[in-house]
Amino acid sequence: MFYREAGQYKTSYRADQALFPIRQDQIGMLLILAVAFIVVPLTQSDFVIDSFLTPILIFSLAAIGLNLLTGYTGLLSLGTGAFMGVGAFGCYKLTTFFPHVNIVVIIICSGFLSAAAGIVFGLPSLRIKGFYLAVATLAAQFFLSWCFIRVPWLYNYNVSASIEVPERLMFGIPITGPTATVTTRYLVVLSIVSVMTLLASNLIRGRIGRTWMAVRDMDIAAELIGIKLYPTKLLAFAVSSFYCGVAGAMLVFLYLGNAESESFNINQSFLVLFMVIIGGLGSLLGSFFGAALIYGLPIVLRMLKEGLGIAVTSATLENINFIILGTLIILFLIAEPNGLARLWQIGKQKLRVWPFPY
Amino acid sequence: MHLLYQIFIDPFVQMGSAPDLLVQTLWEGLVSGVLYALIALGFVLIFKASGVFNFAQGIMVVFAALTLVGLYAHGVPAFIALGLTLGVMFLLAIAIERFMLRPLVNQAEIILFMATFGLTYILIGAGQLIFGGDPKVMISDQLLLPSGAYRINAFGGFVQMQKIDIAAAIMASLMVAALAVFFQKTRIGRALRAVADSHRAALSVGISLEYIWVVVWFASGVVALATGIMWGARSNVSFALEIIALKALPVLILGGFTSIPGAIIGGIIIGVGEKIGEFYWGPLFGSGIEEWFAYVIALVFLLFRPQGLFGERIIERI
Amino acid sequence: MRAPSGPDVAVGDVLLSVENVSLSFGGVNAVSDVSFDIRKGEIRAIIGPNGAGKTSMLNIINGFYHPQQGRITFKGQARSKMRPHDAAFGGIARTFQNVALFRGMTALDNIMAGRSLKMRRNFFWQLLRVGPAMTEEVEHRRRVEEIIDFLKIQEIRRIPVGRLPYGLQKRVELGRALAMEPDLLLLDEPMAGMNLEEKEDMSRFILDVNDHYGMTIALIEHDMGVVMDLSDRVVVLDHGIKIADGTPDEIKSDQGVIDAYLGVAH
Repeated sequence: MFYREAGQYKTSYRADQALFPIRQDQIGMLLILAVAFIVVPLTQSDFVIDSFLTPILIFSLAAIGLNLLTGYTGLLSLGTGAFMGVGAFGCYKLTTFFPHVNIVVIIICSGFLSAAAGIVFGLPSLRIKGFYLAVATLAAQFFLSWCFIRVPWLYNYNVSASIEVPERLMFGIPITGPTATVTTRYLVVLSIVSVMTLLASNLIRGRIGRTWMAVRDMDIAAELIGIKLYPTKLLAFAVSSFYCGVAGAMLVFLYLGNAESESFNINQSFLVLFMVIIGGLGSLLGSFFGAALIYGLPIVLRMLKEGLGIAVTSATLENINFIILGTLIILFLIAEPNGLARLWQIGKQKLRVWPFPY
Repeated sequence: MHLLYQIFIDPFVQMGSAPDLLVQTLWEGLVSGVLYALIALGFVLIFKASGVFNFAQGIMVVFAALTLVGLYAHGVPAFIALGLTLGVMFLLAIAIERFMLRPLVNQAEIILFMATFGLTYILIGAGQLIFGGDPKVMISDQLLLPSGAYRINAFGGFVQMQKIDIAAAIMASLMVAALAVFFQKTRIGRALRAVADSHRAALSVGISLEYIWVVVWFASGVVALATGIMWGARSNVSFALEIIALKALPVLILGGFTSIPGAIIGGIIIGVGEKIGEFYWGPLFGSGIEEWFAYVIALVFLLFRPQGLFGERIIERI
Repeated sequence: MRAPSGPDVAVGDVLLSVENVSLSFGGVNAVSDVSFDIRKGEIRAIIGPNGAGKTSMLNIINGFYHPQQGRITFKGQARSKMRPHDAAFGGIARTFQNVALFRGMTALDNIMAGRSLKMRRNFFWQLLRVGPAMTEEVEHRRRVEEIIDFLKIQEIRRIPVGRLPYGLQKRVELGRALAMEPDLLLLDEPMAGMNLEEKEDMSRFILDVNDHYGMTIALIEHDMGVVMDLSDRVVVLDHGIKIADGTPDEIKSDQGVIDAYLGVAH
């Protein structure tokens, strides 16, 4: 009754192709943005923002990156963690060389470094596909992980083999480093993620998104309608790695404050992949859902443990987390391979016809 | 200039000047190659018969070994523990078939592949929960496995071969031979090959998929247990093994996903290549190139021969 | 089926000519020394019993298979090897026996995908989706909507093609091929699996495409009634060899063709 499209007709193709063609969606999106930018910083505690919102936003961006490559173009990648690491370490080196350049600019530039790495490790996609390409991305993951430890230049020869984030200012306010406030960092992350999500959405709805999906669905037919496969795949690697790189840089500079090489290992790659699978392959919205669920799960478990007063060690909790994660993956693959995004769509559909059943 | 010398000349000079070290390295490579090959063998079994690329093979090795050691630690005599562990792997195979394979029958391969990621995480969590995450010692003596080493004076120095490694190589060969015979000659083996080709076609000629899948996942579990015992006997049983087991993937790329001899040969190539690379070229890069060398070998290989040494070339028909 | 009618479009010069083409797969001769031509504006049927090499012939024209011998001359340019991508840019589009649509996308997106080779705006404009990229998108949407109107598939625009019935899928696939604005349209068994009503619709579309857009069409088809009614000229293949070439009436009475279909050994 409330979520109806009746009476909303489009008089131009331009209007039909808008991001949120339905008025209720437009209003909804504005509300969400208003809440995110204004209400949340004013009302939510530092704990909620820093433990949930900021990292979930960052991982959503990484999940979007992987989704572009795996969900939209159909190229399974197990190297997400490594590409995030390239962004993080790249950012660190760049800001070491150019300490007076605005850190947000540096973060974006480190995305380009990551994109370059993505292209290099995507080169094999000319001749190999499917599982084999996934194994090639594993090569990227293990090689780059090794670099993060064994190339001391990357962490400025720091004895502890980790990087400490220096303080950087923007408009006179510290946004990285120990003095930056939770709210400042949250707002910077939110801004970057919002803009990049919009850009990703533009790509998806246009020619490039269609060529990616064509390559995913049937690459032979795609060739036949004039799509060049190799440049399309390389572009997917580049854009995907860009997003993962920016996410990695943000993870270290705007959230953790430091990083060890372990932060970008194969476990990280799997986590982001799970976010994409559970959230929904081929859905930007799903990336947010998936990130929220996967990232939030251990936190919720911890809160449950404290709330119910059960005495379990944190190691046990971690293992239970693993078991639940694994089970969720299998469950989603069986019941709803299109993930939470599809469930959301079904929910909206029910809302459309409410109060009727169909 | 000096760098070129270091990369292209020096390692070979070193090889020549100390041939006993070379042979030792080759032997070590062969041994780890055999173990990689065994893990790859488990993969090939499952892939040949259910078309599933079982990413969880490595963790199955760890899980099997942990179960064995865990049971013994609770006072069960060694060989009974062995039998019970086989039982556990059988139950695991049934559970996997019932809860993972059956609901996903006829789905795209990539979906089943991702499901095995889920399985991996479940087994990691369960394994650590039940047995604890610290490394354990394999009960080699109780299983009557040989210990000690042969020391051979040869090649200008001496070469040391652990008896357990020789035993592992022998056992691996026996297992491969048995499996090859099983696939080619027996009725069940034929049925397994049919299922690997097409689920639907196999169903339509009356082959019970559920039965076949339980058989093959159990067989793979047996291979996993044997691998776990052998590997655990050389070094400890720990979850680090899971990551090492991922090296079976480059082995499969070299050997093809459906070939048993391919798994063995691929394993040996990767094992030897890795060890030689680490020992002679490793110092140039800083240590630890074993972490990625195997993958790079596989990657280079893929660029020239996408279907591996023995794999079948997939012809896409329109 | 409606009464046969003569060619409504003036048939012109040779658009595509196949000369002495042979193709074999490891010992199996798919096509042996076949030559024929296709004239601009005509509807050319390629027929023959199963296994005659018809689809292989289409695949050769398309650039999927590369013949061991012979060459193809298209729009005056001769070539022995062609990549599918080049064929597309050269002006050849095709449909498939087993519908080759992009299952994850809607009907509209599938047809829009057919406009890919016409869309020029580069990556950065796509990223921003304002100005030139948007204008281009709208312009191509307009063209695609013309095709959608022509094929009468307005209601199913937004439905993922995987959920459409077979007959509609084939129509969407035709739409995607039309979106490429090809000079030569190759149709591989466009009527396969259709009932009488669907066949009549599809025949009408094919004739309209030929009339309306003046498009040259080559089609493989098993339904003899369709072949006789639609085509201007027919080529008959059997076991990879050309056994007849002429108008539908000539083919109908050719003894060799009759023998081939009845399976008479010769």
